[in-house]
Amino acid sequence: MLLEFRHVDTHYGDLHVLKDVNYAIEPGEIVALLGGNASGKSTTMKTIMGVVRPTRGQVIYDGEPIERLATAERVRRGIAPVLEARRLFPRMTVFENLEMGAYLRKRGAEFDQDLERVYSLFPRVKERHGQIAGTLSGGEQQMVAMGRALMARPRLLCMDEPSMGLAPIFVEQTFDIIQEINRQGTTIFMVEQNANMALSIAHRAYVLQTGQVVLSGTAAELRQNPMIREAYLGELQVET
Amino acid sequence: MTLFDLLLQQTINGLSLGAMYALLALGFTLVYGILELINFSHFNVFMVGSFIAMGVLQLFGLTGQDVILTGLPLVGVLLVTFAVTMVSSGAIGVAIERLSLRPLRNVKGPAAMITTIGVSYILFNIILLVCGAEAKNYPNPMPTVRYHIAGAVLDLRVVLIWIVALVLMGGLYLFVQKSRIGKAMRATAQDAEAARMMGVDVDRVVMMAFFLGSALAGAGGLIFGLYYNFTSFIIGFTAGLRAFTAAVLGGIGNVPGAMVGGVIIGMIEAMGGQFIATAWTDVIIFSILVLVLVFKPAGLFGRMAPTKS
Repeated sequence: MLLEFRHVDTHYGDLHVLKDVNYAIEPGEIVALLGGNASGKSTTMKTIMGVVRPTRGQVIYDGEPIERLATAERVRRGIAPVLEARRLFPRMTVFENLEMGAYLRKRGAEFDQDLERVYSLFPRVKERHGQIAGTLSGGEQQMVAMGRALMARPRLLCMDEPSMGLAPIFVEQTFDIIQEINRQGTTIFMVEQNANMALSIAHRAYVLQTGQVVLSGTAAELRQNPMIREAYLGELQVET
Repeated sequence: MTLFDLLLQQTINGLSLGAMYALLALGFTLVYGILELINFSHFNVFMVGSFIAMGVLQLFGLTGQDVILTGLPLVGVLLVTFAVTMVSSGAIGVAIERLSLRPLRNVKGPAAMITTIGVSYILFNIILLVCGAEAKNYPNPMPTVRYHIAGAVLDLRVVLIWIVALVLMGGLYLFVQKSRIGKAMRATAQDAEAARMMGVDVDRVVMMAFFLGSALAGAGGLIFGLYYNFTSFIIGFTAGLRAFTAAVLGGIGNVPGAMVGGVIIGMIEAMGGQFIATAWTDVIIFSILVLVLVFKPAGLFGRMAPTKS
């Protein structure tokens, strides 16, 4: 098990967000986390990164509890985020954004290798490396955001809504690249509103509703589940 | 003096004042960029810096303007004085952040800003108690060498002040642009939460902003003493408010903007004093502050507050 949530609760003040949540993610998987607005998806990501601390329960990464560790230590151990709405550093260049992804790592051969890898996954990012990140299109920003996360050489990539606000053609591209990154050995935990796309590449998925896991299973199972078909895949149930 | 000579002379004076305001404005801008906090204790870190530097110069046996150094001894004394002053002022800035502001980091509203005003008064009163209220004759080992350019006079000490200010500002700019922690500072200013998730230690970044800003303020305090040949416990407020105006004018949070804003305010002070009246200097400068805040709150170089989620 690479990442596990054991009976995790979180609160924002009086607001109880995650309620007794359990996840288990195996190395090498793509796991999708589906759910509507305010279901606790982003809070899950923030809990993994240490921006939100659980009020109860454990977060286990690579066999060790990490819920008390600082964010930087989690990044050092191989967890990297692709944040909601990209969240690039808008007045820094594309290259500087990539450098920030590798903030905790030393410069040298490994850095150069990772940079080459990012440039080969995203030739567009290489072309734009000197440009100010805030001036890129949404699709290009998404590529930089993924590249920035890869520069941390993560074992676990946590993606928050990678398709949000992207034109359909970029959504397809983004999901192709997520699969490619996974094939190269990175485990992926992905929050996504676009259930259709998410289930097309994920191995497994969890469904979160008002802070509780209401359903989980393989992507194939969930695609057949009537509740999912109605609520997330946009198919109306025909009354009989 | 012809009009041209007057303009030339006041440009020289304005650039000197501007260099000092720019150094001071950078401290406001660095801290605001990262914390969105206007740090009013910065005024008096500048003032304390001028006293620390005076103490260092006195340790070299310099008490007034009667001992003149040249060549290597002059350079050595100035280097050591700047270094000691900047490191001690920087340490004061770090201590202020650590003791009085970090505990308030997550408190919303103006509590932190009000605290900086309180800290400012503490520094002010410490110097008043320890050093007394009378203006101090400032030690100055620089020889009086005057160059005449057309009808204007350019003092060697002014040239030295320009050089020091340029080196410090260039150094700061390079540091913020190129160094690892400088990049972390910029990233934190643009999106603190994202920077944290890249592994940036935000506390360290804040500490660095206070250290650098306060160190430059200390250098500014020393320059004040060398330029005017006096210092006093009250110099912080006037210079501080003018420098704050410079930072707002350049777009608070914008490093090159603070430098340009400082020079503009220095020029306005010099020209206004020559062609209007020195009594009007603050009226003019603070009118500019009001106008900028009303019509162009992002400053001349248009950069709004950092995006916070």
